[in-house]
Amino acid sequence: MSQSAVSNHDYGRLGIESRKLGMWVFLASEVMFFTGLIGAYIVLRQAQPDWPDPSTVLNIPLTALNTFILICSSATLVKGFYSAKDGDTEGMQVGLFLTVLLGALFLSIQAYEYQELLHEGFTPSVSIFGSCFFTLTGFHGCHVLVGVICMFVVFIKSMRGKYNPQENRGIEIAGLYWHFVDLVWIILFTILYLI
Amino acid sequence: MSTETHARPNFVYIFLALFVLTMIEVFCVNFPWGKKYIILALIFLAVMKAALVAMFYMHLRYEKILLTVIALAPLIFSVVLVFMIGYDLGLPW
Repeated sequence: MSQSAVSNHDYGRLGIESRKLGMWVFLASEVMFFTGLIGAYIVLRQAQPDWPDPSTVLNIPLTALNTFILICSSATLVKGFYSAKDGDTEGMQVGLFLTVLLGALFLSIQAYEYQELLHEGFTPSVSIFGSCFFTLTGFHGCHVLVGVICMFVVFIKSMRGKYNPQENRGIEIAGLYWHFVDLVWIILFTILYLI
Repeated sequence: MSTETHARPNFVYIFLALFVLTMIEVFCVNFPWGKKYIILALIFLAVMKAALVAMFYMHLRYEKILLTVIALAPLIFSVVLVFMIGYDLGLPW
């Protein structure tokens, strides 16, 4: 098979690279998953007249810091991706390493938050708000964990010289997932913690 | 993120915009407005932030329109689902 045939197969008739299209279709299923959960939360909340004010139960400043950390991780990933495109190997590796580090920090703070809440008696079984809170943040946390593992693999590959200005699709595909996790948290932070 | 055939947006500005919008969100909760207006403001800010991430960090703005359709299609179905369940439960909306 010639190089051009391989290239045509990669892009297909839609003109979108197949791995990227695959990731976007997967992300579409993830959108359905999270909007289903958020939709259930909205319906349950509307049906419950004595819903507690989240700021009386949850640590808003700590979670605002965590949101900032996740936003920073998206920025460092973009920095790493464009460094790879520019042939700046060191910039790429630093960007990817910081992304993994910030993702792990996000999970650590979330684990600390869980520990504090459980210690204060706010458990998943204490109320419908507790169930919704732990379900939504728990599923999101699992996604972040998968994202951290993926980004760590991408970082290791970058250390082994797998990415260069011509071949950096791996960073891009993993990056789409990471940015999506960031995007979901932006919505969850508003809906669960602030409203 | 896409194969580059366009000028790169300034990602520092996007990052700063996300940071500022998050700060506004946190302080917006204590504004002396009615609860309905605060909720509308918070939803507007969250959608703005999500759109910034999708358009610039995920490069949807520079991709083919098909990818945007793929990303938004399940959202439309979900909104319909939530409203229909709410209607079925007799919720006041």
